[in-house]
Amino acid sequence: MTAEATARVSPLRTLRGWMRDQPLVPLFGLLGVLVVVLEVVQPGIVSPGWVSNTIRFAVPLAMLAACQTMTMLTGGIDLSVAVVASMTSYVMATLVSDFGWLGASLFALIPAAVVGLVNGIGVGWFRVHPLIMTISMSLIVSGAVNVYARANITGGTRVPPEISWLGGQTLFGFLPNSLLLFVPLAAVVLVGLRRFGYGRLLYAVGDNETAARLAGVRVGHVLVLLYVISAVLAGLAGLIFAGVIGSATGRLVDPFLLPSVAAAVIGGTSIFGGRGGYSGSIVGAVILTVLVTLLTVLQQPEAVRQILFGAIILAVAAAYTRITEQT
Amino acid sequence: MTERVQRRLDTTAARGLIARATRGDAWTVGLIVIFAALLVFTKLLRSSYGLDALAIGALPVAFAAVGQAIVVISGGIDLSIGSVIALTNVIAAVLLMNAPELSVPIVLLVLLIGVLIGVVNGVLVVVSRVPDIVVTLSMLFVWAGAALLVLGTPGGGSVDWLRTLITGTLGIELLPRALVVLLVIVGLVWIPLRRSRLGLSIYAVGSNQLAAFRSGVNVARTKVVAYALAGFFAALGGLALTASTGIGTPIPGPYLLLSVAAIVLGGVSLAGGRGGLLGPIVGIYILGLIRADMTFLGVQPAYSTVLQGVIMVVVVMVGAYLTLRRAAT
Repeated sequence: MTAEATARVSPLRTLRGWMRDQPLVPLFGLLGVLVVVLEVVQPGIVSPGWVSNTIRFAVPLAMLAACQTMTMLTGGIDLSVAVVASMTSYVMATLVSDFGWLGASLFALIPAAVVGLVNGIGVGWFRVHPLIMTISMSLIVSGAVNVYARANITGGTRVPPEISWLGGQTLFGFLPNSLLLFVPLAAVVLVGLRRFGYGRLLYAVGDNETAARLAGVRVGHVLVLLYVISAVLAGLAGLIFAGVIGSATGRLVDPFLLPSVAAAVIGGTSIFGGRGGYSGSIVGAVILTVLVTLLTVLQQPEAVRQILFGAIILAVAAAYTRITEQT
Repeated sequence: MTERVQRRLDTTAARGLIARATRGDAWTVGLIVIFAALLVFTKLLRSSYGLDALAIGALPVAFAAVGQAIVVISGGIDLSIGSVIALTNVIAAVLLMNAPELSVPIVLLVLLIGVLIGVVNGVLVVVSRVPDIVVTLSMLFVWAGAALLVLGTPGGGSVDWLRTLITGTLGIELLPRALVVLLVIVGLVWIPLRRSRLGLSIYAVGSNQLAAFRSGVNVARTKVVAYALAGFFAALGGLALTASTGIGTPIPGPYLLLSVAAIVLGGVSLAGGRGGLLGPIVGIYILGLIRADMTFLGVQPAYSTVLQGVIMVVVVMVGAYLTLRRAAT
């Protein structure tokens, strides 16, 4: 009887079930395919130096994707991460000459945390839709950065060597130094989401908020803390990205907003909350970075690159939904 | 006895009806009052500033807000609306420059393209089963790239009658042509639709998709229609942009942000199923007036962005707070 039932299950369904249990496998498969295509298009490009470079650019994106993953787990989204990251890197670069690199970095994270706090109060206590709350906050932040830049026009900006070392240089000529910050952070997020009480609360709130509330969860407090964490993480990503690029402007990280959402979506986190995890988002960030390289190497005009970028994100998201859907 | 119960029921029902009517429209009425106060204030600041200047400037984004509102009422969201406006804007500008004598067919063609773009968005949402926000986020890149393919740098042309259509006023100053065009088109499309079965299904799907499905509503078709309407209004926005600027610009303006801001201001629930189109239109005009006022007051553009954001945050917080209070009572 049991054997009969097993025999009737088609191989395709078995494969699908297996992929559902191991969502990282198809992602790594896609990453492998992209790398192979890249090597075919431009033989010799895939080298240790290239890998190192890809990781260097993927790290800030993966950190922003962490913000999206965690907020999406609760059924929210944080569209202010990019401007917060830009703001933090810019504020840091203006303060370096007065406070040193560490002081400037810590000081620059304060406005980021304040933005997160306001986001959290709006979303958690006033129950404003996260999309609206964070879009409005990004308007405020980008305006405020412009005001600050105007006031600071004579001060100038400087990315200190310590930040450049962290973002732009490598250990033993291969491992990017940003991994020194990223690996512990990612480990905390990965383990925290699965094992810590707070991480599980995020899943609980996203899965069924009413149930979580009835079970005694203070949903508002959870969300306020979440958006503060998200903003501080975004600020750190901004600092690292300033190190990668070697300069800081008020709009440095802005183009990373939509890719950060895309990385979390490709990584299998549901935008409706309650399902997903950070490991997929990390792979998603690497996939997007490789994809951008591939589109650059193909030497297509900007227009075609944008079209392909959008189409591929949609195709991956659709395929992923089909594979992992509970049928 | 029964009579008394009946009468009592009647009065409760009537009271409920009144409460519902004022509650539903109170937001829009409040918006109109704010708009009027702002208009008087603007007139005091600069008496030469007329409603016509406001109406022309706000026309593309007003169309965007109308399209966005329809999709949001149906329970979705269209993040690609700014890109679609840019795409239809450049298509119209290129075609009108090359064949100005065929301007009427070109306008109709651009509207058709808008509808087709919306259908593509809607079909992708339905078929891929990926959340709306992700699909339209991806399509944002696709349509923006397509706009760049059509026209690499700002250029193209327009025809005079399009500009005359939306410039100036109809006799009195309170009736700018751009506002009349907006209200006539939106009214012609929305009022019959709102009363039809299809319009009802848009609200039904937005308010509870499963319930709508179980009541026999064709959910997939309704969603595609909502996105097609959004595409249609986005194309109108693109045409309005071509008409008012005289050229096509392939880079999307801030229409996505403004359209979402306007529908939230206008009392359309992002959860879907609730709201109308008048609120978002008034919302757009309020945002436009605030920007104009700040220019007249000599406020730096950077401060004015901050202030707009603060206004949005305060408005949505108050709105959400009122909803919470209402839910509690």
